[in-house]
Amino acid sequence: MAKVSMTVNGKKVSADVEDRTLLVHYLREAQGLTGTHVGCDTSQCGACVVHVNGKAVKSCTMLAAQAGGATVTTIEGLANGADLHPVQAAFREHHGLQCGFCTPGMIMAAVDMIERHGANLDEATIRHELEGNICRCTGYHNIVKAIKAAADQMASMRTAAE
Amino acid sequence: MYETNYHRAGSVSEAASLMAKADDGKFLAGGQTLIPTMKQRLAAPSDLIDLGQIAELQGITEAGGSLRIGAGTKHADVAGSALVQRLIPGLAKLAGGIGDPHVRHMGTIGGSVANNDPAADYPSAVMALGATVHTSSRDIAAEDYFTGMFDTALEENEIITAISFPVPEKSAYAKYPNPASRYAMAGVFVARFKDGSVRVAATGAGQNGVFRIPAMEAALSANWSADAVASINVQADDMLSDIHGSADYRANLVTVMAKRAVAAA
Repeated sequence: MAKVSMTVNGKKVSADVEDRTLLVHYLREAQGLTGTHVGCDTSQCGACVVHVNGKAVKSCTMLAAQAGGATVTTIEGLANGADLHPVQAAFREHHGLQCGFCTPGMIMAAVDMIERHGANLDEATIRHELEGNICRCTGYHNIVKAIKAAADQMASMRTAAE
Repeated sequence: MYETNYHRAGSVSEAASLMAKADDGKFLAGGQTLIPTMKQRLAAPSDLIDLGQIAELQGITEAGGSLRIGAGTKHADVAGSALVQRLIPGLAKLAGGIGDPHVRHMGTIGGSVANNDPAADYPSAVMALGATVHTSSRDIAAEDYFTGMFDTALEENEIITAISFPVPEKSAYAKYPNPASRYAMAGVFVARFKDGSVRVAATGAGQNGVFRIPAMEAALSANWSADAVASINVQADDMLSDIHGSADYRANLVTVMAKRAVAAA
């Protein structure tokens, strides 16, 4: 057991956990943030994707202790109060979810991919970038549409701000 | 996952001394293989020595015709490095095709080369570029480093610190990824150097991990074209055979990937 501290969604948190505790379990069980899901448990499905120091990672494939001192963002940290993040809003608008289980990971992956590619995000790139996220409902088509719409919208917001 | 004790090392020497004190310790780099293996209880180290925060293992530099990549450098950082893209574009492309974006944000070149998975991508580049593996105690030539499937010349407590890749005139990597796992079923790295010499190495296909293909090297140094390797086949007897593909299939894939790599270089 050791005390593991980090910043999660802008808040400093800490908890005493076993050294073998995975980041996803630290978030779900020690911090009560159950938006991050465990899908496959074999590092393939991406339902557990969160951002650690600004990079999308699989929280089921990282120990909580490895993230000690890091800044973590989960799906709960994206919205600004009642205002959904543009990617969340686009998933709703474009029916980017069916059962919803993969959605938190899809959205965290999408935010990361839009940050890296900006306005250059075309459909082929989105599909390629989703390699690490599996939708068991196979609803990829609308997920891709939602990410494209969000990327376009965020690019125009950025242009408007300049 | 069985219980384990986590230690975060601040330097290579601290990592070595933490390992020396451990009962049955393992170094943790990006953890993208080790953590899943531990979750499946296929590995149960008593102690994990985390190398992830060691500054001296980071960074990509150019020196004397060589590209030196710190062992702790993430796949995404190799793929995105302007220096790697300019000097060895084939290596940048290889790094950008490992796993998926999330894995590339965690996985490291040192971890991959230390693990020497027979289907990992990096070993083909290390071998085809004639790289040098720098460790906490010595420098190891690629030739001497890979000693078989999941097996390397590394001693128990030896830590890879960096890998130096001679800069080739041309290089490229082509792989056929397993459609589900994305691991290479065959991946071929080709490199031509300024003195006209050529090296070709294949991963994913061989029973003993990465291997060079001398016949292709000779053919390509005489005639650098995809046609030159089109009729050169590797021995199916030496190839992996499993539910994903027979040995004959993999042997054929090696030739196809070699052609694609030469065409892309």
